[in-house]
Amino acid sequence: MTKLTLLALVAALPWAAYAKITVVATTPDFGALAKEIGGNKVDLAVLAKPTEDPHFVDAKPSFILKLNRADVLIEGGAQLEMGWLPSLLDGARNPRIAAGAPGHLAAARGIQLLEVPATLDRSRGDLHALGNPHFMLDPVNARIVAGRIAETFAELDPKSADEFRANLKAFSDRLDAKLAEWQGRMAPFRGLQVATYHNSWIYFGQRFGLGMGLYLEPKPGIPPTPTHLAEVITRMKAEKVRAILVEPYQNRKTAETVVRETGAVIVDVAQFPGGVKGTEGGYIPLMDHVINALAKALSAADK
Amino acid sequence: MNLRILWIWSSAVCLGLGGLQAQETKSEVDELKRRLKEAQDNFQKAVDQHHALIDSLNKRLQTLEQRQTAATNTPMPSPAPVPVASAPPNVAPPAVVRPVPGGSEVPAWSASQPIPLLRAGPAYMNISFDTLFDAGWSTAPDPSAELNLGGHDPLQRGFSLPNAEIALDGAVDPYFRAFANIVFFLDKDQETQVELEEAYLQSTALPANLQLKAGQFYANFGRQNPQHPHQWGFVDAPLTLTRAFGPDGLRNPGAQISWLAPTPFYTEAFLGILNGQGGTAFSFRNPGEPDPLGIDRVHGRATTDHGISSPGDLLYTPRLAVSFDLTDQQTLLVGASAAFGANDTGPHERTEIYGGDLYWKWKSARANQGFPFVALQAEGLYQQFEAGADSSAGLPRETLRDWGLYSQVLWGFKPRWVAALRGDWVDGNTGAADATDPFRGWRWRFSPALTWYPSEFSKIRLQYNYDQGELFGEEQSIWLQVEFLLGSHGAHKF
Repeated sequence: MTKLTLLALVAALPWAAYAKITVVATTPDFGALAKEIGGNKVDLAVLAKPTEDPHFVDAKPSFILKLNRADVLIEGGAQLEMGWLPSLLDGARNPRIAAGAPGHLAAARGIQLLEVPATLDRSRGDLHALGNPHFMLDPVNARIVAGRIAETFAELDPKSADEFRANLKAFSDRLDAKLAEWQGRMAPFRGLQVATYHNSWIYFGQRFGLGMGLYLEPKPGIPPTPTHLAEVITRMKAEKVRAILVEPYQNRKTAETVVRETGAVIVDVAQFPGGVKGTEGGYIPLMDHVINALAKALSAADK
Repeated sequence: MNLRILWIWSSAVCLGLGGLQAQETKSEVDELKRRLKEAQDNFQKAVDQHHALIDSLNKRLQTLEQRQTAATNTPMPSPAPVPVASAPPNVAPPAVVRPVPGGSEVPAWSASQPIPLLRAGPAYMNISFDTLFDAGWSTAPDPSAELNLGGHDPLQRGFSLPNAEIALDGAVDPYFRAFANIVFFLDKDQETQVELEEAYLQSTALPANLQLKAGQFYANFGRQNPQHPHQWGFVDAPLTLTRAFGPDGLRNPGAQISWLAPTPFYTEAFLGILNGQGGTAFSFRNPGEPDPLGIDRVHGRATTDHGISSPGDLLYTPRLAVSFDLTDQQTLLVGASAAFGANDTGPHERTEIYGGDLYWKWKSARANQGFPFVALQAEGLYQQFEAGADSSAGLPRETLRDWGLYSQVLWGFKPRWVAALRGDWVDGNTGAADATDPFRGWRWRFSPALTWYPSEFSKIRLQYNYDQGELFGEEQSIWLQVEFLLGSHGAHKF
């Protein structure tokens, strides 16, 4: 009797989960888009915290469970999560989200990745073989990913397809309007250089016409050294760089030293919604914050 | 007069030439215009041809994809329509971004859209080469005789190279993944030895949350046994693990089934069935090491390989692991394992090993490169070894009971730096052959260590060991370990 109940329970579990699409997003940016598109038709779990370094997330066993029960996995697909996602997927034994399955959404597909290294050479730091994976910081890319998410959701839950498409349209329209606004805010600063801690802002820089070629890290993934910082300080002075973008997990103290020497301003930003206060609302509030904080810093330095 | 005529003439010629020149310029402009038009037409033609070519290729691609989809029966997600992907820097992006049309109305591809580029991955498999290299000194003249019994521990005073492994892993096909670890090391005579440490395949598509693993692999007993040496927090293996599983850890050819239970928290049950034979099944059907006369002995007893006469002679390794996220930043993983099988010290002698393990980790919500963190790891083992009688050696039939515990804490206090502390303790009942057996008797060890990771792919570790043992008294050692990893290495488990 108890055995039968258990069997019934086990058999019923996947069906119970089908009422909503169960979605796992590796990072909070994809999570935010999935929420915009899926609304209350999806159950969403996000693996990486918005405040932590997305390259180094612990492959917690609880994540295996989440992936095991997922109908859709949204991952970057550009090796940002390569240090922790593959072992989770090994344990998850879920063919619905296996590579190539309809439920496996690699967001980078359809996006022109920048800085694809011609040769793989770790003496230049920890390079990503497929290109710079921080593509979501360009709103146009976010829009492409939102479209793919809507397609995937519509395929898995055809009954709610119209709703997903309507949500996509609403989101895209809002994003388009915002993008024009953001372009306007950034227009006075076009061509300026901005320093960053890690090379994660080139897509953003490209979209808004800012140079993002100065990093506090000497090489990707290598912590700042005094010699390198001295060089950065000289360059910042020479190129009149007024702002340094620092993310929640990065060493603010290093940036503070540089700021003292150069008179530039630290701009606290995040790649992920929720990474800094006031950006929990999603992708648009996050970009709003980044644009406003950066515009404020650049115009304050103007005076 | 002549001059005048000359002037008139020259003026006329000049004017004429000027007129001619003007005329020539005009015709040149016309000519250029014509050529430009021609070039434009040619260009337009070329563009049209390219469009047509791209359209036809796209159609062919679609048909091929459809055919492939039909053939493999795994529907591919239809490529999403791609609007403007990126604009070069300092160029204003188009004010109006075309909306992404959703749903079934997939628009025709056009050359103005960027071509979606994504490589599935750079290779079919991860290939890496990882080397651990030790240097140091011990008060024991031959550290590997009684002190460092682990096969990947520092072997000798001076330099040793106990582990250089080639690790391969990747998807075999849609049904299996495969892993292989081939280990090279230099023995005490600096001769190169090779071990096929692991080579197994793992199912990816079994129903009912089951997963099958088959081949040669580390038995899933406790926490550290299945880990490779470069994942360890210290340069040497915990005493209790070496005592139960021998220098090489418990690994053998076999199969393992595991089941992810449908509980609200992570619960996984494992059952491994292995041959349980040889030095890598140390406490089981292990012929042991030859004595000076060439007789293989285990715990003093001469061994006889009686092969597998019944399923009971195989080695069984059940395990249950559960994990909870205590808070957003704290994770606990607890497991219970056992290993049951026959041993070679007599015809009916058996070995039972039981273990409990615990791993707790705190990681900052603002972790940079995974730091700061604190990780606590502890394992306790109890072993019951039925040792057969060996009348020629004067040894009775007796049950050797051993127990042991280690506990270690790793503190990643700033990015790339880890301070660690480990306490080891083993003990057992008294056996008839203990006096010469480095795998018996009480022993404890205290080991602080400091590790610096220049990058994810290299590390430098300094460790001090204070040892006390029934057999050797007191010893001290200091070891420096350097690791380097080439290539791409598969992601590690939690």
